[in-house]
Amino acid sequence: MSLSRKACVAGAYEHPTRFAPDKSMFQIMAESIRGALDDAGLTIKDVDGLCTTGIGMGGMGIVGFCDYLNLTPNFVDSTAIGGSSFVAHTAHAAAAIAAGLCEVCVVVYGSTAASSRFAIGTGGAGGGGDPCDQFEIPYGPTTVGAYAMIAQRHMHDYGTTPEQLAEIAVAMRLHASMNPVAKYRDPITVEDVLASRVISSPLHLLDCCIISDGGGALVITSAERARDLKKKPVYILGTGETVRHAARGQRDFLEIAAAQSGRLAFERAGVKHSDIDMAMIYDSFTITVHTTLENLGFCKRGEGGAFVSGGRLRFDGDFPINTDGGGLSSNHPGMRGIFLVIEATRQLRGECGPRQVVDCKTALVHGTGGALGTRHSGATLILSNQ
Amino acid sequence: MADQKEKKYAKPLPHVDEETRPWWEALQRHELYVQKCRDCGDVRYHPRAQCTSCLSPRTEWVRCSGRGKVYTFTATYQNQAPGFRESLPYIMAWVELDEGLKMLTNLVECRPEEVKIGMPVEVVYEDVTPEVTLAKFRPAR
Repeated sequence: MSLSRKACVAGAYEHPTRFAPDKSMFQIMAESIRGALDDAGLTIKDVDGLCTTGIGMGGMGIVGFCDYLNLTPNFVDSTAIGGSSFVAHTAHAAAAIAAGLCEVCVVVYGSTAASSRFAIGTGGAGGGGDPCDQFEIPYGPTTVGAYAMIAQRHMHDYGTTPEQLAEIAVAMRLHASMNPVAKYRDPITVEDVLASRVISSPLHLLDCCIISDGGGALVITSAERARDLKKKPVYILGTGETVRHAARGQRDFLEIAAAQSGRLAFERAGVKHSDIDMAMIYDSFTITVHTTLENLGFCKRGEGGAFVSGGRLRFDGDFPINTDGGGLSSNHPGMRGIFLVIEATRQLRGECGPRQVVDCKTALVHGTGGALGTRHSGATLILSNQ
Repeated sequence: MADQKEKKYAKPLPHVDEETRPWWEALQRHELYVQKCRDCGDVRYHPRAQCTSCLSPRTEWVRCSGRGKVYTFTATYQNQAPGFRESLPYIMAWVELDEGLKMLTNLVECRPEEVKIGMPVEVVYEDVTPEVTLAKFRPAR
């Protein structure tokens, strides 16, 4: 059974807040749902499916959120695989709709990561609660450190340079300058990135995503139902998800989850790499974007440095990505997967104003959760307005 | 004396469980082991009760030479976690053991700028508390 074009994104809403000490996580989520339902032309009474997880939630957080909003959905999914979760939730919602388990599914995320002062990247990774953590936490792993080790190895094997990685941060900041709600909007240069302090070698401060508050929501429904709604539907063509880890000590660390999830999504969508007009690539760090693009097959392994250079990732470049400014400059409330799908949807609807990618018909979304240099997940979606 | 040492050690300690206790106890004797499946021969690190290739519980402990080379590394300059924030910068690395398996660890007795990928390293045992010994690596002598 193919999932292609069975379900679509009918509503999308990004909460404009970047700092909300006056709001709770659930309040941000509820406000986001209201925005996404308004966008779709639906009401909360229409919702019969819910997907969510969050850094501020316990294991049964989704049930608590249903209590908060008095929801009793027919389908719930709280897959928790890090920042990519909401990309996977979108795929799961599409599958549930295609299987008849629900008809209108909301995917939602909210967080007060900044106002609650979460040290996400440098606070020490791994809670110590999982059996595998005992072989990592004694050595001081951080999220940024685990990504930095991928960058170090790639630079060694292929001569990738800090300047090339910095180009990614520069392009994201340019996009943020065109996004009125982005947190950091002043343009930066490659020299600015290299002059920022080293957090975990070889990654600098400006190679790292920001920490903000924020939230967002999506309304996923059947292609049939979407036809009568307010906005032009954005169809889900293909999906893929998987994980990577140390592989019992035998891993090739430059091969990441995106290699598998991307291959699955392309196969299932029946489209080619050359069909992709823009991409939303989780940018927890500059190296995340670089290595994800290689593993998705947009360039060969080792060629990522050249691929991201020369302004190619700009909204008006050969391969536009992260046109909202990404996690590097717009927002990163602990997890960012939901915003990848939201901005891809806005691009496919032609709603992006000055940062609109011309003639955007097909978009790829890839979320990474966890840390590339230890354990991580990857989830890929291919979306189209056709 | 033991109490004093325990108090001073602020970094997180491993949550050792019954499945992994033999490996940690070997470290206390300053011995490093990986595992090998007695049925299919697949080798693995970190330790676990069954082979990930065939699920056989028949496991052989293989004593490591304690030598390897740096697969990749990072020098951490920012970490708010207690114990680490007082020891910045510190070097975290994946070391590829001579036995062919990669192990997350720290590099010690060297400065960040001296570390190179491929550099030969050797194990050094740090008795961080009376109960816990960690296997770290230093440039091979």
